[in-house]
Amino acid sequence: MTTTVIDVDGIRMRYGATEVLHDVTFQVGAGETVALLGPNGAGKTTTIEILEGFRRRTAGRVAVLGTDPFLGGDDWRARVGIVLQSWRDHAKWRVRELLAHLAGYYPRPWPVDPLLAAVGLTDQAGQKIRTLSGGQRRRLDVAIGVVGRPDVLFLDEPTAGFDPVARREFHDLVAGLETTVLLTTHDLDEAARLADRIVILDQGRVVASGSPDRLAQSIVGADEVRWRVGDARFTRSTPDSTAFVRDLFATHGAALADLEVRRASLEATYLTLVRKAEVTR
Amino acid sequence: MTLRNGWRRGLILLRQSFANGAEIFSHVLWPALMVGAVVALRGREFGAFSLGALAVPSILGMNAAFGMISLSQQLTADREDGTLLRARATPHGMPAYLIGTLLLVGGGLLADLVIFLVPAALLVPGLVTGGWPAVIGLLALAMVATLPLGIVLGAAFGSARGQSLLTLPILGVVAISGIFYPLAALPGWLQAVAQVFPFYWLGLGMRAALLPDAAVVVEIGDSGRHLETLGVLGAWAVAGLLLAPPVLRRMARRESGSLVAARRDRALQRVG
Repeated sequence: MTTTVIDVDGIRMRYGATEVLHDVTFQVGAGETVALLGPNGAGKTTTIEILEGFRRRTAGRVAVLGTDPFLGGDDWRARVGIVLQSWRDHAKWRVRELLAHLAGYYPRPWPVDPLLAAVGLTDQAGQKIRTLSGGQRRRLDVAIGVVGRPDVLFLDEPTAGFDPVARREFHDLVAGLETTVLLTTHDLDEAARLADRIVILDQGRVVASGSPDRLAQSIVGADEVRWRVGDARFTRSTPDSTAFVRDLFATHGAALADLEVRRASLEATYLTLVRKAEVTR
Repeated sequence: MTLRNGWRRGLILLRQSFANGAEIFSHVLWPALMVGAVVALRGREFGAFSLGALAVPSILGMNAAFGMISLSQQLTADREDGTLLRARATPHGMPAYLIGTLLLVGGGLLADLVIFLVPAALLVPGLVTGGWPAVIGLLALAMVATLPLGIVLGAAFGSARGQSLLTLPILGVVAISGIFYPLAALPGWLQAVAQVFPFYWLGLGMRAALLPDAAVVVEIGDSGRHLETLGVLGAWAVAGLLLAPPVLRRMARRESGSLVAARRDRALQRVG
């Protein structure tokens, strides 16, 4: 990790008597794509809204690009891109018209036409925004989010309500962004596909974080190995499947058959974690 | 840069508000009905004057004040669909948003007034022609006195439902503000209520500007009360200008993505 772009340290959030975030801590480095993953109601949106500067935390320390987001001025805003779940503003505007207008607020914006091409909206440039499909609208929102060449981009549930094709196109678009990205999602595949690192939130707490592979390893901790020798079938769980399989070959040689290694999956990790959290609650 | 962005935003919004048949119809309908009304009234006498001629400046004054309602509704709509939050998420977005919205409402208002006034002035006899500079000055004062109030109302009555509740008392005040019949004909306590609000004074100012001097006999105290007009409208302007910026800032500060999403869900429930 080179420089820290997002630094969240012990934030809490309380609405009246309900505490929705308890002591959330994580960091995001420059150029990283990090997913905040968790079931509905885990506190993902509250967390990202605090980072976007739209909500004031109850306690704890937050810095985005070295600034407290709630106090961030216009210069800070110019370096932050935001894509919400539910933009439906400027419905009467035309696609290119709005993007060109908003580009005018930034000191060194992307040229509008290449940006429209990059998000696949060249053919819709002259269309009114309300006539766009859900996926097209969200791609326009991403274009607006990055038009000012932000140093960090926030995406809140970016593919909620997408069909599989739109989802895939959107993933390709986000994967091609050259900026620090923090996204929230309750979709495990999305987190695994897009993120360098995943922070799992549940009940307002960080229950795990790390790369998709490392998370799977450290939580479930074991791969599953199945094999057959003669008529006997075996299944064994092991933290180091490679070494285990090497020993199997050494022991059984050519008698070893139907060998199968199942890596600890992120899905299993996620379910384990959420179940664990629900039991302890 | 903010001024330029706000100006551009206003021009785009204004163009959109005249962009198609339905939009143009909505701009023309109300002024056209009003022209019809004053033309129908021009033959009716009130004292020595044509009721139609009395009504033209009064309606002008009333419509000038209606910019307050359209601004307040615009603000509510922009809050519900996330336009305001977008402005907040953009560097220097709020001032540009404000300039753009004032241009939209102010420009639309002027257009509506011209659509009303030009045919009315041609069709209704008895208006003086020398009053135009005063009319323009008064319109400017009307906007300064009422548009900031529109912002305050838009922020205070946040939902579309709140806005429709708000329209009733405003129409009530308009009804007693001497637009359609002279205030002097009303009971004293209603006169007092009406004179608190800007509608009456805008109508009075317009009548003073556009009617012959002899017409002051229909007014309270047989006077155009120029100084009082300036004083009351000026007081509303100062109050609005003092209140609007902090109220708007507070309203914008409370916006967030989940609030906009929650409102969208409620709106969908209402429809479904």
